[in-house]
Amino acid sequence: MNKETNIFKKIVGNQLFIPLVALLILIVFNLINDPSFFALTIQNNIYGYPVLSGSIVSIIDFGSELAILAIGMTIVTAASGGQDISVGAVIAISGSTMLRALCGTNPQPETLRTSIFVAFLVGVIAAMICGAFNGLLVAFFKIPPMVATLILYTAGRSIAAWINENRLPMIYEPKFGYIGNFIPGIPIPTPVFIAAACMLVIALLHKFTNLKLYTQAVGINEESSRLNGINPKLIKFSVFVILGVFVAVAALIKVTRISTITYSVIAKDIEMDAILAVALGGNSLSGGKYNVWASVLGAYVIQFLTTTLYKLQVRSDALPAYKAVVVIILVVISSPIVRDKFSRISKNLKSKKTENGGV
Amino acid sequence: MGKEKTIAKPLSQNKSLIKQFNMLTDTNKLLTITIIVFVVMYICAVIFEGKGFLSPQALFNILINNAALLITACGMSVVMITGGIDISVGGVVALVSMSCAVYLDYHGGNVPVSILIALGIGLAFGVFQGFLVAYLDIQPFIVTLAGMFFARGMTTIVNSEPFNVTNESFVALKDTRIEIPFIGTYNKRGIFIPAYINIGVVVALAVVVFFFIMLRWTKLGRHFYAVGGNPQSAMMLGINVKRTRFISHVISGLLAGIGGYVYFMYVGSGSPSNAQGMEMNAIASSIIGGTMLTGGVGNIIGTLFGVMTLSTIKDIVASAGLSDPWWTGITIAAMLCLFLVIQSVVISNKDRK
Repeated sequence: MNKETNIFKKIVGNQLFIPLVALLILIVFNLINDPSFFALTIQNNIYGYPVLSGSIVSIIDFGSELAILAIGMTIVTAASGGQDISVGAVIAISGSTMLRALCGTNPQPETLRTSIFVAFLVGVIAAMICGAFNGLLVAFFKIPPMVATLILYTAGRSIAAWINENRLPMIYEPKFGYIGNFIPGIPIPTPVFIAAACMLVIALLHKFTNLKLYTQAVGINEESSRLNGINPKLIKFSVFVILGVFVAVAALIKVTRISTITYSVIAKDIEMDAILAVALGGNSLSGGKYNVWASVLGAYVIQFLTTTLYKLQVRSDALPAYKAVVVIILVVISSPIVRDKFSRISKNLKSKKTENGGV
Repeated sequence: MGKEKTIAKPLSQNKSLIKQFNMLTDTNKLLTITIIVFVVMYICAVIFEGKGFLSPQALFNILINNAALLITACGMSVVMITGGIDISVGGVVALVSMSCAVYLDYHGGNVPVSILIALGIGLAFGVFQGFLVAYLDIQPFIVTLAGMFFARGMTTIVNSEPFNVTNESFVALKDTRIEIPFIGTYNKRGIFIPAYINIGVVVALAVVVFFFIMLRWTKLGRHFYAVGGNPQSAMMLGINVKRTRFISHVISGLLAGIGGYVYFMYVGSGSPSNAQGMEMNAIASSIIGGTMLTGGVGNIIGTLFGVMTLSTIKDIVASAGLSDPWWTGITIAAMLCLFLVIQSVVISNKDRK
């Protein structure tokens, strides 16, 4: 009896429990609603290559950016106890910088000015500078993360438009499009590989560095981590810079998907999804311990939700309303006060049961 | 009392200006900085951009253009003084204006009921968010972020196309001008043109006066400061922290509703892109007006100056030839950044002592 409840508690207490249950609910809902949701077909895309297609593929494909962002957001949340709401705007800045590096002042160049890799590096540097700016405000001026990042949230898209002087560069180089779509001959979308690479990098970082230990220590108690010889300011600053790198990777995927950029629309509301992924993964939004894999799973669950809503013919601009309801339900369920009340009620029920059994 | 005065006077005369400044409370310190910045900026505007800024109507135009922002910023200041934040206001303003527009135009409604709708929407958001923040102890930023997305999404669900409202009694209300006696300018022919304001400005100024008095002299107003300054000690003093937080969010929601209607009267149309980025401007004006993000410090008069400063910056940017749309966003963000850093420095100076 005791062992059984222990196992049950372990399963329910696991961080992966909530996202897995959410995923299960979505899968069951879609099975009932329309089983063809799970169909996998091989079709020829516009270039004539056979590629995998279907809702599941598109979830894994379009979930890539979100998963990459969720990794960075989890670490930022853990160390600083707040979230970065400027990621969408920084994606615009970074993507705009990449296109500027590739095109210069000519919006529709015949040949690219530099190699794609160099342009990517430039974009990484731009995103890292934005991250460093946020980190500076948070770590050294002690401004709450969400307010500090509010600055770039407002100005970011304006800056992105300013970098390219509001031109809309188009890139016709097919190699550029391979990154965001398919490499000829490989039926799996390229962003999936990029997301996998990012996950591998973060797994290696966790394995071989003290990143996780230090960020968690700073998030749990800044003062005591300082007394133990960790520099909390440096840690907080560097997590924002690390997030910048992930944002740049997401920006690369976003830009290469369409081979151009729309300053006001690109990665719109993605910050909301990324925060939601972190919360769905069962990570505390006020910092401390974290589990990156739960966030990644959360990200794919959210993409699943988005795709499901699209299948139900929900207009894209009405989407935030539905997601907001999901967020509210999630945060209410995971709030400590509600959990306490629930456990108290269930305890009362149990004690009543045993009393009845005794009689 | 009299003795104290005689002692205090020579002392303050001896001390330099900087020392006097350091003796002020945080609230007054930040308020002083704000007023100085506004005056300097306005003088710069007059010197560099010509005498257009000098006429009384220019000042009133700032109020007319920003009445809705002023009202929502007052609500924001109350929440921020209590130590929270409310970023749903822009979404609520958009939802209110769209709902009222649809009600007035498509359902042939009348004006008083539309005002009730506006107040109802604002109140509903305030009560719900306040409950989640105060009684379930969820981070205000997350709750109101969700509130913002919900309001924005609902706006497009109510109606996705922008349209102008043609309801007669509403248009009459919208175009009502209140002329101010004895203040005005003479045009080239020497005819006196009185300065005017609209109903929105009257509402906004009433809100400012009401909340200034409330925050300064009522029990509830002082509770806001106490809870924002230190919730723990506020609780020790017997203040109901949860209820105070709850009320602050209700006030912010209600003011977002009122601000939404005033905004609706200003633009006279319903559109999903209404009030884009208003939450940001409201937060920026509160911060520029000397309200601390960490709570416990702030002043409604400062918020008034914050809104005026923000608007003057926009005017200067526009008339300085930087008409590209991105410059406004960048300057506001830079301004916000500057004031956040000033606040941080002022507070860390205090800590060092």
